[in-house]
Amino acid sequence: MELLCPAGNLASLKAAFRAGADAVYLGLKDDTNARSFAGLNFTPEQLKQATKLAHSQGRKVFLTLNTYPKPGEESRWYQAIDLAAQLQMDALITADISLLHYANTRYPHLPLHLSVQASATNQAALDFYHQNFNIERAVLPRVLSMKQVRDLAKCSAVELEVFAFGSLCIMAEGRCHLSSYVTGQSPNTGGSCSPAKHVRWQEEGNQCLTRLNEVLIDTTGMNEQLGYPVVCKGRYIAEDEAKADYLLESPTSLNTLSLLPQLAQAGIKSLKIEGRQRSPAYVEQVTRVWREAIDSYQNNPDAFKEQARWNDTLAKVSEGQVTTLGAYERQWQ
Amino acid sequence: MKISLGAINYCWDKATVEQFYDKAAQSQVDTVYLGETVCSRRRIIKFQDYLTFAKTLKQSGKNVVLSTMALIEAQSELTELKKYIDNGDFIIEANDMAAVQLAKEAKLPFICGPTINNYNRASLDILHKMGMQRFVMPFELSKTWLETVIGEKKPGFEIEIMGHGYIPLAHSARCFTAKHFNLSKDNCETICQKHPKGILAQTQENQNLLRLNGIQTQSASFADLSSEITHMNDMGVDYFRVSPSHIDCVELANGLVNKISDPHHNSANENAEKADVNSCNGYWFGEAGLIKR
Repeated sequence: MELLCPAGNLASLKAAFRAGADAVYLGLKDDTNARSFAGLNFTPEQLKQATKLAHSQGRKVFLTLNTYPKPGEESRWYQAIDLAAQLQMDALITADISLLHYANTRYPHLPLHLSVQASATNQAALDFYHQNFNIERAVLPRVLSMKQVRDLAKCSAVELEVFAFGSLCIMAEGRCHLSSYVTGQSPNTGGSCSPAKHVRWQEEGNQCLTRLNEVLIDTTGMNEQLGYPVVCKGRYIAEDEAKADYLLESPTSLNTLSLLPQLAQAGIKSLKIEGRQRSPAYVEQVTRVWREAIDSYQNNPDAFKEQARWNDTLAKVSEGQVTTLGAYERQWQ
Repeated sequence: MKISLGAINYCWDKATVEQFYDKAAQSQVDTVYLGETVCSRRRIIKFQDYLTFAKTLKQSGKNVVLSTMALIEAQSELTELKKYIDNGDFIIEANDMAAVQLAKEAKLPFICGPTINNYNRASLDILHKMGMQRFVMPFELSKTWLETVIGEKKPGFEIEIMGHGYIPLAHSARCFTAKHFNLSKDNCETICQKHPKGILAQTQENQNLLRLNGIQTQSASFADLSSEITHMNDMGVDYFRVSPSHIDCVELANGLVNKISDPHHNSANENAEKADVNSCNGYWFGEAGLIKR
């Protein structure tokens, strides 16, 4: 089972490898990937450096090209594919069918991973991408229960990668318009969900008002933990209630450490850690825990036990310091 | 330009649905989409019922499309989807790539619904080669986007815009309606039937923001682009879709048919929701979706 970690910059990449990541995923410094934040990501020159560094340590590096090309601007996405092929990167993570087609026809030897943004959650959808574009792996959206993941793994023609830890999207990724609805910026085209330029925290008396493009997402006490403001984790008033509540989800992170044995037994190929926008320290801490957990399981599957200190470390770097199994657990649904 | 009625996104009781399709059969709309697009746990209307409605509509001279689910997570849902694909009579609207795959395997043409990620011409052309006859523009895209896409060269496929109705914004594994009533998804009592327009959610400043419709999250206000019909027609849009939020949407759609045949026709619908300052049309104009204009 591969441990795949996020690298928002060269420091994070080094931290991930130092802590035992098998592979990292990263993006270019533009809107060709869905973590397009200022001060983040790689220039083509840095990408070359990153690939060299990874390969010198026997590790892998995947290029994230998971936004959808805009009409009239497709060439930037095609150039990114050319670059990944030229640098002999280990895989391209992409969702758009025109990009999959381009990569598959021009560079048949460049492994293709279907991005979570393609929102493929079932066997027929996976078959579509496998038969038409020869993908070798797919990243599953965070909408399947553990049983559904297991069932899919049994019949999937491609390797499966799942999100193991990090920020929790509760909607089928790649088809969520909540960010563009409120801010005008879509992860699919603009390269990020709820961009920071639209966030405003406002102090009013002893309360903090969290706004996204001036829409009030939540009101919190001064000492409450604040999550990053996204529409799906705000407190709203339902028509039949007087008080605001988390109608969709509360600020929380995904942590599947307790599912590690089940994911391994299901034949999941890769565990993905979310967080390209997080610090090298975060990457190092999280990678270290998961490396230890995976090794501990693989050395003696029957004796595997979650260590409290692992979860303590993970909780400290989680949103709201709270973690959940999300959709993996049917009860959550 | 023709007017179509989209599939009902809500869980209405059977009598209301029957009444709706009776009215649709009598209406002047060109095309009617029907089928369960949101949740496989809604079993009030079964596939066979939809097929019966479809046949009646066809006999009334309507073009009929069977709409399929947007989020398919289980083998049982694929089995149900296969029934739609193999219906032997009607073209399907694919709302997940699974439906595209099954239609392609069966060598059948299909329509791409708004939840298929079509963001550029190259992707549309690939799907067209695979059998896509029409596509419904994804909700978050704009007039400018469409002009650019059509401008490249006249497409061989048709174009449809969701021009009136509440906008589906996201789909989740979680049922928000069940969650709100502290029910588990597996014992949800199909509680969404009690909310034929979803549950309105407001911000703490009482701004209408969202509607919870089972696993689907929608815009709180409806989009209404009826004032853009002439412009859409000039651009080369083939269908203007009314997404039903009320049984009276059939009258509203009829009013639009009249508007197309006679642009000066006054299409006031006494009972239907009319365009007002509250409709959210931002997406079409390249802005945040909730922008009122």
